[in-house]
Amino acid sequence: MSQEPLLTVEGLSKSFGGVLALSAVDLTVHAGDILGIIGPNGSGKTTLVNAITGFVHSDRGKVVFKGRDITNWEPHRIADLGLTRTFQVMRPYYSLPAYKNLIVPLFSRRARRSGGWRGGGKTGSRDTVAVDILEEIGFERDSYVPYKTASSLPTGYLKRLELARCLALRPDLIMCDEVFSGLSMSEMASMVPLMEKLQMEGITLIMVEHRLRELFRLAKRVMVLNFGCKIAEGTADEVLGTKEVKEAYFGSEEEVLSHV
Amino acid sequence: MAETTQDRRKERLDRGIKVRTDSVYAISHWQEMTYMLAPRLVFILGLLALPLILSFFPYWQRVISIVCIYALLAVGFDFLANHVGLVSLGGGFYVGVGAYMAALLNLKFGLPPVVTVPIATFAGGVFCTLLFLPCLPLRGVYFAIVSLMFPLLAGRVIEALDIFGGTDGLLGVESFGNPWVERYLLIGSVLVAVFVLRRLLIEDVGLVFRGVKDNDQAVKASAINITVYKALGVYFASTLGCLGGACLTHIYMWAGLSQFALDYSIIPIAATVVGGGGTLIGSVLGCLILVPISEMLRDFGTLRIAVYALILTAFIVYKSEGLMNYGARKYEQFERWVRI
Repeated sequence: MSQEPLLTVEGLSKSFGGVLALSAVDLTVHAGDILGIIGPNGSGKTTLVNAITGFVHSDRGKVVFKGRDITNWEPHRIADLGLTRTFQVMRPYYSLPAYKNLIVPLFSRRARRSGGWRGGGKTGSRDTVAVDILEEIGFERDSYVPYKTASSLPTGYLKRLELARCLALRPDLIMCDEVFSGLSMSEMASMVPLMEKLQMEGITLIMVEHRLRELFRLAKRVMVLNFGCKIAEGTADEVLGTKEVKEAYFGSEEEVLSHV
Repeated sequence: MAETTQDRRKERLDRGIKVRTDSVYAISHWQEMTYMLAPRLVFILGLLALPLILSFFPYWQRVISIVCIYALLAVGFDFLANHVGLVSLGGGFYVGVGAYMAALLNLKFGLPPVVTVPIATFAGGVFCTLLFLPCLPLRGVYFAIVSLMFPLLAGRVIEALDIFGGTDGLLGVESFGNPWVERYLLIGSVLVAVFVLRRLLIEDVGLVFRGVKDNDQAVKASAINITVYKALGVYFASTLGCLGGACLTHIYMWAGLSQFALDYSIIPIAATVVGGGGTLIGSVLGCLILVPISEMLRDFGTLRIAVYALILTAFIVYKSEGLMNYGARKYEQFERWVRI
């Protein structure tokens, strides 16, 4: 690919006390790609997401998004530039109805700038726009689901709500922190085409996952983290053939790999 | 009681309003309208009528003014604590800033109250917000501790540097002239503050404020700068406090160290607990109950603190939701016992 990558991370490092959570991680993502990030528990996947999106201050390294150095910017400025993230532990506003959850991102400057989804006026209030976005992400408009309080929604819908919050900002890149974890098989089965749809709409995705089978259906390129270091990168087959990856997953998760 | 509740439970049903569309309430029947309007009118007209009812008791009319000053602080506290998530003990600081600013403007520049009160209110709010800016990243009890520092510190600074009249305070501030101006300025301000803030909270921006309280990480991830909204919340609360302080100066024709007193930080919290957090009207109600009680118990000296503490404890133990939340629930829901 000749064009400049959408996101470049160079030598990103972060330690918590004596624990090196990330050590000199590099990654590049081009517009329209899906990059998968896998690794055993505690390998630094979520820290990587946090460090890129500004929720954690990195110690060293550089993050460049759309040609701008966004290293250690505040999270809201990074999101304003179009790099959004979902949370592994869902963070909805539990007391609000599902569609009201989207009022907050729709109120942001980015959502207002992007036009079309402007609240009020001819395009309808933010409420209507919110219901539209929810429908796009799998909340049936005519059912009661979009109007139920977030606290009463099952995990599958809350994961979708996380994605919807990102979509409301019309992002260029979404970092999905384990959108498949905690879902039932049928919920997962409906989530995969959703992610494919997002990619077709031109949104670049970075997916941090434990569910390898679903991830490999989506991601052309996968990188593997272990103890904060990148130990492999390439296509699914290449990565799984690597000795370090086998070692990292050896034992407890070998079974998972043999499924794929 | 334990036996009776074993085989039955209380069922609660929302009392619906007949005609309702997606975005606007369309109520056509007078009964429904009365149902909606009655509690609001009782609050508004009742507050407006209080000074008239008490016109033969000038002392109690003054107490109503003091109630309103506390109510302004309590509304600000309630908004900040229950809708923005910042528990602020800076009430005394807001009042002090408003009071000193109004007094200085009046004494040094000879401006009349009609000018000093608005300037002290809005400029005081800006001043307080700027000083609170560095504390805004703090949350919960940490913000409470730091905000409590401000009224304590301000008093000591004035005392130590002997500025603004030092321990004597600033004497000879012009009064409002007509006592009715003082009464209705304060009552009007309370009503406007409650109306504006309640309105703000049901708009979309109100959801952002609530988001900052419930889930600030998600708000950050939504490309919204939470510091801006926290600062706005502090600005609203401190503006109300400064307004109270400015009025206090002109009522007593004096600004002094006692206007940084911790009463202004603590009583609003107690009023919010009694009245019901999050309702805004509840905190006004709480002030209407607590401040007169505290006046009546003035004869008992320090014993009134004990009575005061008893009331608070009783409320926290038996009705922790507060009067307003309890009342709203009773008013808006049918309750009946059903057999299980």
